[in-house]
Amino acid sequence: MQTITKNNQSAERPLGTGVKGTSVIKSEGTMEQNVFEINDLNLWYGNDQALYGIDMKVPQNKVTAIIGPSGCGKSTYLKTLNRMVEMVPTVKTSGSIKYKGEDIFSNKYGVEDLRTKVGMVFQKPNPFPKSIYDNVAYGPRVHGVKKKAVLDQVVEKSLKDAAIWDEVKDRLNENAFGLSGGQQQRICIARALAIEPDVILMDEPTSALDPISTLKVEELVQELKKKYSIIIVTHNMQQAARISDKTAFFLNGELIEFDDTDKLFSNPSDKRTEDYISGRFG
Amino acid sequence: MLDTNQNNIQKRIRGRVLLNNVLKVLFFTSTTVGLIFLALLLYRVLTQGIGYLNGNFISNFPAPYPEEAGIFAGLIGSIMLIGIVAPVAIVIGVGTAIFLEEYAYKNRWTKFIQVNIQNLAGVPSIVYGLLGLTFFVYMLRFGYTLIAGGLTMALLVLPVIVVAAQEAIRSVPADIKEASYGMGASKWQTIRRVVLPAALPGILTGTILALSRAIGETAPLIIVGAATAIYTIPDSLLSKYTVMPIQIFNWTGRPQEEWQFVAAAGIIVLLIVLLLMNAIAVFIRNKF
Amino acid sequence: MEKAFKDETIDLDVQALIDNKRKKKSISGKIEKLVPAFLLLCASVSVLTTAGILFTLLRESITFFSSTSIFDFYTGTQWSPWSGHFGVLPLITGTLLITLIAAIVAVPLGLMSAIFLSEYASNRARKIIKPTLEVLAGIPTVVYGFFALTFVTPLLKSFLPGLGVFNALSAGIVVGIMIIPMIASLSEDAMNSVPNNLREGALALGATKLEVAFKVVLPAAFSGIMASIVLAISRAIGETMIVVIAAGASPALTFDPTRSIQTLTAFIVQGATGDTTFGSTIYYSIYAVGATLFIFTLLMNMLSQYISRKFREEY
Repeated sequence: MQTITKNNQSAERPLGTGVKGTSVIKSEGTMEQNVFEINDLNLWYGNDQALYGIDMKVPQNKVTAIIGPSGCGKSTYLKTLNRMVEMVPTVKTSGSIKYKGEDIFSNKYGVEDLRTKVGMVFQKPNPFPKSIYDNVAYGPRVHGVKKKAVLDQVVEKSLKDAAIWDEVKDRLNENAFGLSGGQQQRICIARALAIEPDVILMDEPTSALDPISTLKVEELVQELKKKYSIIIVTHNMQQAARISDKTAFFLNGELIEFDDTDKLFSNPSDKRTEDYISGRFG
Repeated sequence: MLDTNQNNIQKRIRGRVLLNNVLKVLFFTSTTVGLIFLALLLYRVLTQGIGYLNGNFISNFPAPYPEEAGIFAGLIGSIMLIGIVAPVAIVIGVGTAIFLEEYAYKNRWTKFIQVNIQNLAGVPSIVYGLLGLTFFVYMLRFGYTLIAGGLTMALLVLPVIVVAAQEAIRSVPADIKEASYGMGASKWQTIRRVVLPAALPGILTGTILALSRAIGETAPLIIVGAATAIYTIPDSLLSKYTVMPIQIFNWTGRPQEEWQFVAAAGIIVLLIVLLLMNAIAVFIRNKF
Repeated sequence: MEKAFKDETIDLDVQALIDNKRKKKSISGKIEKLVPAFLLLCASVSVLTTAGILFTLLRESITFFSSTSIFDFYTGTQWSPWSGHFGVLPLITGTLLITLIAAIVAVPLGLMSAIFLSEYASNRARKIIKPTLEVLAGIPTVVYGFFALTFVTPLLKSFLPGLGVFNALSAGIVVGIMIIPMIASLSEDAMNSVPNNLREGALALGATKLEVAFKVVLPAAFSGIMASIVLAISRAIGETMIVVIAAGASPALTFDPTRSIQTLTAFIVQGATGDTTFGSTIYYSIYAVGATLFIFTLLMNMLSQYISRKFREEY
């Protein structure tokens, strides 16, 4: 499977998009809205192309999982959605990404505005070396909220939404580094929730966590999708199957298949998807 | 045949081990030379100076008689000088470091600035004195004043602060910067709220060490005209001034032996100030 | 619509937050643009400092060389500016003499200290000795000068009765002690960065620590050690206060360490503190001397950087 050249894959792409197309029609049929519409997205690191002609429509208030073997471009793709990928100076993109109808690459649309709407949780818990309170209050403060009473309210609500309030409410002024890895990750989720984004991007958020912490984060994701649209990259297929509504399978920088999670895992349309989910490679 | 060979080898091994042990002692002794010198220096200065070190010495201005001479003008002058050096050098030095680490493209121009800073760190301090003499004293017409001395010293310690701040900023983990950008914080917000607070201990430690160098420097201040006989506290940036090392230098140069004791007392005060600054640096390093 | 689930009070906050941000946009946008400009300004100070040093030394030296021939300056053997003789060789030999004595003291002591710290000392001993040794580097040079004049010179005089009150020997030795920590510390860093498996390979063959140090570690760390020595020597060339205080002010074309001499740096101090008036030949001569000193130290620093750059390529 992996010996297939890039050109061959490009040639096969219409199959993948075709499958995805039907699912979109179904989504539109049920009057669901999309937060992201990605059209023919290509991405290069310097001269190396990492993403090939991605087309995808990400539904609102759903959990969308992105799976695929390591190096398939799933993390790159996720970071393109809030333009974090541009932290690498040599990155070039082509194609369009529309967030609620607005082109995120357009000059009129500020990257800070985009990231205010599209929050992110990272692979490794990365709290600031500050107190728990200051971690969560960071976003609102950056965006100009200074009133203590408002901040208190936002911090409490965010920590509650991230299901960690009970564990930390008595030590909000302690350094976040003192918490366990799982707690730190939920603090990072609370930090992302504090500015109430529409979309939360999660980049393998449980890969550095123990099974119990992982379970807590998974439960949390289920809870959060009532309010937020979540896109989660995971290397763990069971996790994708457990928590997502839709799943996209990436391989070598290409979107192979994108469908309802149930459908994709029980009856994949593409042979490569089937090989991957049945554990034949990756 | 084989036996004698073994014997020879045994002998040679013993010889080699002996040489190893002898030279180990030599290496250790060499290491102690520096330490012994340091101990001797401190001992001499303390025993010579302690007799003259009293309240009057701290609070007196320079005087023609050793018993009445004091370091007050130098102590206050040094503190005021640092009052100029610190803000100027910290703002410019940390600013340079932020620019080089966070904003500058990694191109030839940036590399040039970097090499230039490295070279500046190796320029003898007295050459900074000549720069200060031409530029601050004559061209800007500051004359032999506190501000001329302060700005000269600020330029002198600038490379040290830049390098320390760069190292501190570089050691801030990339993932917390990403977290900040990921929440829609701008570049400057990220630097101000995340990078600088995380780099602060390193920056402060380097800065304090740089400032303690400024406190001990003598030569460039002689060139830019720090005075020796000062009987009033500087009341403006354009006042004449003196600093502790200049006072010590002046006393050291006098022929009568009593002045040596006065100089030693001055050195004690200078070393105590340096010790305090270094203690603060160590405290900061351990606290964070 | 998607906010239907949200708490109403907080919902208001978020709206306010976004509004706030939109309103402040123009101000914060301006800050974002102004900050890099300001930081660039900061970074340019160091470039301007270099330019200022070059410009200052060059301009005043050119003025000086318009009245004194540059050839006579660099070949003349008599330096007595107050009687009109501007031959810089005595100052150069004075500087070289001090540097030579300092190197004779500091290179062996510094290297042996480095070997001891890196190859023999326990971790705990190193953690105590290295910073203590570095205290030597933090002591103001005026203090060294005082110590050279009031302690080292009288001490040496008890062995060498012919020693003058001001002499190159005492000053040179103390300059050497001052640069020991530079050589010891930087060389130790270089030796420490030699991979341990090289050492273990030799030790496993039955080599003593001494043999490991000389046959494995020193060759591997050679360029790092050389760079530290060159840097320390550059420091000795530029050292001012110790020689001003302890070596006197008698320019002499001599390599006799018991005599009083004058270095490039010491003359600059003398020239700037005397009755020198702005615009006199002597005033300009201190810049010509300063330029000479600057060239010496710049060459040494560049040599040190060149050596250590080569060093980095080795690993």
